[in-house]
Amino acid sequence: MKILVCIKQVPDSNKVEVDPVTGVLKRDGAASKMNPYDLYAIETALRIKEKTGGMVDVISMGPPQAMQVIKEAFSMGADHGTLLSDRRFGGADVLATSYTLAQGIKSMGEYDLILCGKQTTDGDTAQVGPEIAEWLNLPSVSNVVSIRMFEEDGITVDMDLPDEVEVAKVKFPCLLAVDKDIFQPRLPSYVKKTETKDRKIQILTLDDMTDQDELNYGLNGSPTQVQKIFPPETNDKKEIWNGSGDMLAKKLFDKVEELKFV
Amino acid sequence: MARLIVHQERIPDHQELINICPFGALEEQDGKVVVNAACKMCRLCIKKGPEGAMEYVEDVKKPEINKDEWKGVAVYADHVDGTIHPVTFELIGKAKEMAAVTGQEVYVLFMGNEIRDKSEEILHYGADKVFVYDKEELARFKIEPYTAVFEDFIKKVKPSSILVGATTVGRQLAPRVAARMKTGLTADCTILEMNENSDLSQIRPAFGGNIMAHIKTPNHRPQIATVRYKIMNAPARAESKSGVIVDCDMDQEMLSSHVDVIDILPKAKETFIENSDVLVVAGRGVKKEEDINMLRELADLLGGQVACTRPMAESGWMDAKYQIGLSGRTVRPKLIITCGVSGAIQFVAGMNHSDTIFAINNDPKAPIFKSAHYCLVGDFYDILPKLIAKIKEKEGV
Ligand SMILES: Cc1cc2nc3c(=O)[nH]c(=O)nc-3n(C[C@H](O)[C@H](O)[C@H](O)COP(=O)(O)OP(=O)(O)OC[C@H]3O[C@@H](n4cnc5c(N)ncnc54)[C@H](O)[C@@H]3O)c2cc1C
Ligand SMILES: Nc1ncnc2c1ncn2[C@@H]1O[C@H](COP(=O)(O)O)[C@@H](O)[C@H]1O
Repeated sequence: MKILVCIKQVPDSNKVEVDPVTGVLKRDGAASKMNPYDLYAIETALRIKEKTGGMVDVISMGPPQAMQVIKEAFSMGADHGTLLSDRRFGGADVLATSYTLAQGIKSMGEYDLILCGKQTTDGDTAQVGPEIAEWLNLPSVSNVVSIRMFEEDGITVDMDLPDEVEVAKVKFPCLLAVDKDIFQPRLPSYVKKTETKDRKIQILTLDDMTDQDELNYGLNGSPTQVQKIFPPETNDKKEIWNGSGDMLAKKLFDKVEELKFV
Repeated sequence: MARLIVHQERIPDHQELINICPFGALEEQDGKVVVNAACKMCRLCIKKGPEGAMEYVEDVKKPEINKDEWKGVAVYADHVDGTIHPVTFELIGKAKEMAAVTGQEVYVLFMGNEIRDKSEEILHYGADKVFVYDKEELARFKIEPYTAVFEDFIKKVKPSSILVGATTVGRQLAPRVAARMKTGLTADCTILEMNENSDLSQIRPAFGGNIMAHIKTPNHRPQIATVRYKIMNAPARAESKSGVIVDCDMDQEMLSSHVDVIDILPKAKETFIENSDVLVVAGRGVKKEEDINMLRELADLLGGQVACTRPMAESGWMDAKYQIGLSGRTVRPKLIITCGVSGAIQFVAGMNHSDTIFAINNDPKAPIFKSAHYCLVGDFYDILPKLIAKIKEKEGV
């Protein structure tokens, strides 16, 4: 079984604020960490490997410092790591990110199973996984909440739907985006961390891809463009309601109706 | 290739410029400020940085597409076994507003099995055309055939914009379709505005809702956006029908799949208060254990759950797993109504990030009013029964 997990480095805190006067973003330090949702994907991969044997690789796309999350994956038990890093990948939206990852994956060989986290805490779209699957022409299932059965030719999973759970068998090769809580992620092990201290991380740039056309990567390969960033309307409004029970009940009803809860 | 050029001589203070970038994409290397791979080309550094320090250049321009070939706003009808998810109607309402700006039509794409009769319902909401793909292979949501039908629809109808509900289905279907069409997709938009040139202004929260981003798809069609349930307003259902149903067919071979749906199981009713969108909280203002039933009735009507403060859990009236606060659970529901809760700091710490907070307390000086958005100074024993009656009246229970 060859398994690949897509992991991303995200800002440690999403406590960014926009200075209302200058419009400049104020960040709470620049510390980064592994996207918490991706820990579940790594854990899922490691559990499958423990049962069936094989190999767990990780891939990430980002600046050189994203090697940090690959090292973290090593100390959890991942076998190999690849980082796609090139200035020409910068400014990528979902389409360009998933295309770059798909190109990288193709150049790394064949995988039976590709796992993604449910979403990232910075991009927060949950779209990169299904788009990678599309580029690689693989079946995909998102919102995987549990794994029921593992067979030679495929995997049977529970997919969360709005009001029910769909049990589906997906043939290999395929891509799954796993939900939080599918398994409790293990902590990085100190022993593994020391053992893998010098393990090489493969770095791939645009020059290593089959498609060398710069226009398909980074900002150029991104159909969407950020026009501007601004602070949300704050919810600091406060209303104090006095009056009879009848009146308060009516005001409360109207508000709850306006907010579409009834 | 579009890129940023750094004019070193125009930077009085490196750190100040580096701090502007929200993505940490500016760094210092050998005494120079450089742009690294984290750059999202948001160009804040150009706008907010020292005059002339950062410059945006585009060497090769991509050819412009002909936007006139793409017309209309399409909505994906989200459903299970023909029961249409209400987000669909909300999106039809939004699509009508958007289409009015450019004088174009509203389309609905409805795919499934034995859904032909059910498609009539959509005509009560003002769509101009409902494109129906009624096929056995589409009985259950499977990613490959659903994407194939979507592609077929887009190629035949060429809609300029497409709205998809951000349900668990929409959130995996929309990206597959976007990648297949090699176009842009903006997730979880909260504001959508159509421009006269048919470009869609898509506004969505980023960084966990701390900032808003305005996104455009200026040179690709269709432009696709997902929108969560209960963000847009559904139009009222008209008595009469309008618009037409268009029966569609496509190559059967495109509908094969590597996914087999084996079973559909009912979902266990969620019991964790952390997962509830709506919470009604019982505090020590609740005099008797059976009075909690009144709160429970309200919570049921609002599709939520009852939670409590610590004294309520300690008294054994409610299980500890329903307790909010420092020594309980942290919750962030869309709506929270506290009843007879004083608002001690240890309680508030577990709920003050809720979207909308209503507090009912008969003491105008109760500290809970510092955290609430709507402060109802009164007796909840008086208010709740009246509120419950009104909701029942509206829902016709
Ligand atoms: C270390 C520590 C940890 C703690 N952790 C938690 C925690 O996790 N969660 C928690 O909840 N508490 C916690 N507490 C306890 C906390 O300090 C408060 O004692 C508790 O939250 C008070 O609960 P209450 O608001 O229900 O009761 P009270 O403080 O007694 O307030 C009742 C309120 O109801 C109002 N009222 C009465 N009758 C009515 C009526 N008919 N209509 C409207 N209003 C009415 C009163 O005006 C009053 O404001 C902790 C305390 C400590 C020291
Ligand atoms: N830059 C990236 N590198 C590797 N994997 C990524 C990257 N961006 C997103 N992913 C994967 O796609 C999932 C969904 O991300 P998103 O669409 O950004 O919410 C994540 O949980 C990761 O598994």
